[in-house]
Amino acid sequence: MSNKPVSTKIDLSNLKAGGFIKERGKDLFTVRLRVPGGRMSVPRLKKIAEVAEKFGGEFVHLSVRQSIELININFKDFDAVVEELGEATQKVASCGARVRVPVACGGCEYNPNGLVDTQKSALEVDQKLFGTATGHHKFKVAFAGCPFDCPKSATNDVGFQGAIYPQLDKDACISCGLCAKNCVPKAITMGADNKPVFAEKPCIWCGDCAKVCPTGAWSEKKRGYTVRIGGKWGRNPLVGTLFATFLPEEKVVDFIAAVLEWYKAKAESLGRIRLGDVIIREGASALLDHLRKQFPDNAVAATIPPQVIETQVGIRS
Amino acid sequence: MQTIDLRGVGCPTNFVKAKLALEEVETGETAQILLDDGEPVKNVPRSLKAEGHKLLGLRQSDEGHYVLELEKVEE
Repeated sequence: MSNKPVSTKIDLSNLKAGGFIKERGKDLFTVRLRVPGGRMSVPRLKKIAEVAEKFGGEFVHLSVRQSIELININFKDFDAVVEELGEATQKVASCGARVRVPVACGGCEYNPNGLVDTQKSALEVDQKLFGTATGHHKFKVAFAGCPFDCPKSATNDVGFQGAIYPQLDKDACISCGLCAKNCVPKAITMGADNKPVFAEKPCIWCGDCAKVCPTGAWSEKKRGYTVRIGGKWGRNPLVGTLFATFLPEEKVVDFIAAVLEWYKAKAESLGRIRLGDVIIREGASALLDHLRKQFPDNAVAATIPPQVIETQVGIRS
Repeated sequence: MQTIDLRGVGCPTNFVKAKLALEEVETGETAQILLDDGEPVKNVPRSLKAEGHKLLGLRQSDEGHYVLELEKVEE
């Protein structure tokens, strides 16, 4: 009989992508599962429930960024948990200075408010950019399907908000006035001829006019994402500001990659710093000019730095 | 023409009631639906349009409610 201690074998490559988070006390970890856009197939949900029951505590936690977290997982069970979840289909989610799993609303397939397919965008970003090391700090992306913006897109490093630019076919209009009535920012009013008059400036591109129009006289001229950059929450919140409009859905990954490229280069030697704070240091036009080179049709003419939110606790020097 | 009076009925009950009432209307027939101002007139026409019905007109009555006229389209 040997008294030699038994050493635990763990495949450390499973830890590299992050997603194993140490809990209070001894040996126990939270395993954060990757649920891009918050969409989870029912069979996968069942599988996760089985694994949670076998290895975890009495509950799972639904994180504020739409992932499912298995609680009270003993580190000795890491490999078994990864194996049983089926690593290929259910990768654990990241933590640390990486591109995080994107958050998204339900999108446009079943939600009548959704203007763009946020689920598709979230999945694409997750597949192509998830886990990319930033070298500096975390990097969060969110997709909102419309300007109601349930996912609070502007509180992310890059936030996307679905938008449509409306156009009117006057001949198809029956002068019901519903568009003017529904237009919250009052971009549409009824003219003397009892037809709608559109003012461009107040319009937030929510598409309510097209959604409510009984005859389809209002329709979309163009569609895409309104993009705000440099947001974050936490101790010193910033709200991201406008860098691009009507960005086509198929350009989302390239756009984020261009932002990441600038972030990596400009934050060199600054240590652990979020994108918004780098923009404040460098000036918003530095990033805007960089993006305009690759996205001339979508970059805005000018913008402002991320907006500091006064939390009223702790005086910032 | 059948009149479906949904005044005083809130969302989304008014839409469900409109759907049930339209089951009794022949395809191709027109019906008028009375809707309150505010959320009902914002939501119900849009939802009925999404169901595939053909919206023919919408006007505000002197009493303030709206009269929506539509043609029933086969489900």
